[in-house]
Amino acid sequence: MANEGVNHGRRRFLTATTAVVGGVGAISAAVPFIKYWLPSARAKTAGAPVQQDISKIEEGQMIITEWRGQPVWVVRRSKAQLDALKSQDSRLRDPKSENADQQPKFAQNEYRSIKPELLVMVGVCTHLGCSPKFHGEIKPEPFDAEWKGGFFCPCHKSRFDMAGRVYQGVPAPTNLKVPPYTFADGDKTLIIGVMPEGAA
Amino acid sequence: MANKLTRAVAGVQEWFNYRTPGLLPAYRKHMSEYWAPKNFNLWYYFGSLALLVLVNQIVTGIFLTMNFKPSAAEAFASVEYIMRDVEWGWLIRYMHSTGASAFFIVVYLHMFRGLLYGSAQKPRELVWILGMLIYLVLMAEAFMGYVLPWGQMSFWGAKVIISLFGAIPMIGDTLVEWIMGDYLPADATLNRFFALHVIALPLVLLLLVVLHIAALHEVGSNNPDGVDIKKTKDARGRPLDGIAFHPYYTVKDIFGCLFFLTICAFVLFFEPTFGGWFLEHDNFVAANKLVTPEHIKPVWYYTPYYAMLRVVPDKLFGVLTMFGAIAILFFVPWLDRSPVKSYRYRGWMSKVLLGLFAFSFVWLGKIGAGPGTDPVETIVGRVLTLYYFAFFFTMPFWTAADATKQVPERVTMHD
Repeated sequence: MANEGVNHGRRRFLTATTAVVGGVGAISAAVPFIKYWLPSARAKTAGAPVQQDISKIEEGQMIITEWRGQPVWVVRRSKAQLDALKSQDSRLRDPKSENADQQPKFAQNEYRSIKPELLVMVGVCTHLGCSPKFHGEIKPEPFDAEWKGGFFCPCHKSRFDMAGRVYQGVPAPTNLKVPPYTFADGDKTLIIGVMPEGAA
Repeated sequence: MANKLTRAVAGVQEWFNYRTPGLLPAYRKHMSEYWAPKNFNLWYYFGSLALLVLVNQIVTGIFLTMNFKPSAAEAFASVEYIMRDVEWGWLIRYMHSTGASAFFIVVYLHMFRGLLYGSAQKPRELVWILGMLIYLVLMAEAFMGYVLPWGQMSFWGAKVIISLFGAIPMIGDTLVEWIMGDYLPADATLNRFFALHVIALPLVLLLLVVLHIAALHEVGSNNPDGVDIKKTKDARGRPLDGIAFHPYYTVKDIFGCLFFLTICAFVLFFEPTFGGWFLEHDNFVAANKLVTPEHIKPVWYYTPYYAMLRVVPDKLFGVLTMFGAIAILFFVPWLDRSPVKSYRYRGWMSKVLLGLFAFSFVWLGKIGAGPGTDPVETIVGRVLTLYYFAFFFTMPFWTAADATKQVPERVTMHD
């Protein structure tokens, strides 16, 4: 084609409209590809409440159950473990559980539980999602000479006390999470994923 | 007869030249007339070795996919099936797993060579950046590959590494769910990592490797003296200190390849897990989402960065430190202000600081691979992390201030 009679206005118009229409198309087409990665309907439905028989847990013993694919710990704390909690306050980041995201209202107390002796906790470190180890005994540990019992994360060495409260100077930013839970069967059964009656 | 044969060969050659006129010039440019400095030493093996390992990973990877099942229910058993029941399956699998570690060994040496001889300096900035992108993609590729066998380390490694993105304010939690496709690493995660590991990232990796070599062949190779060989040319315009890549360096590299493969074969046959360094013991236990292994650590090639993450007592800042340590490497071409390239002609400051840097990187790797319970080690880790960053941040000053020796006109030979 000869160079004469080039319609610059027409070229500009075609370039601009192609760019705009193509851009809108590309962005719209990206949406399904991005959303394809979100949890599927099947993954979402796997979050129903679970029941756990707790009548056979001995003092100082922990059992691990599963709720929404996460480990949930149930510990029957001893008197010595409970009494030691207060002494730790000065070494903790959030001793009064003021961060409301980390427990339902009913657990915002000294023991972070409904019944003082019974600890129910999501066993997932608030740092990077490992499951901390239970070190319940009150004795010096390699990671803490004044250990009063609690949980120690093997991944990045975060420490939590017997109420799941995080110590200062460790990578985990917040206390461990308390799930919503309630009791049934005259307190023999624990139901995780359901709020206690009357609780907000 | 011979005459007929040569004519036939010439005929075929002509047939192709007429239809693909670019083929022969490309061969000349990258092989028979690529003038590489004649003074390459041991350090210059690692580029071609990286290429060799890449081919190994692709070939063994293709064979592994023939029996691997990318589902959370079947993955672990399918890998054990490959190891026990498939004919020669154990060898193919160990070639792939040993190859992954070998890849990082040669890549780390290749990168250190670049620092040693100032290879990132002008005009090779783009070569360095493309190389760093390869390193980045390689780390993602290796991470996803490690998740596939769905052992304990696969699962918990995935959990930790994906949770790193949760440290991003506002969008963190949603981003983590988006990456996993579930609320914890699950079938969806494994399946998509498989797709990325065998299709998406290898394609990106191959493209980057082609660009890395193409960019290198535009500007030419650096050498242990840091002498620009293009400055002294003969009458035909060929660098006097250059020799043709083929046959001279192809022969040299083939020798290096065989030497390297001999070492790899030794590892493969006698110590395939390399004492838990190449394949961690905990990964021979099937993934259990309720129990974290007693001692969790990534594979050795990530441990320097992992140590940095662990010694910083703050989640977001720890993650930033870790990613920052990799990001800062991209800026080396502009941080290095030395008027000479090779350490041979740099002063004592550059030599000592670079030596200390390599030492601290290795020590950080050791800390990251350990249990991390020792408070003294945490302090040491913090000092080393600080040195790692100080090395780069102060690089413009000490490279500019350091004494230099006169760089010769021509390359020097030591034989």
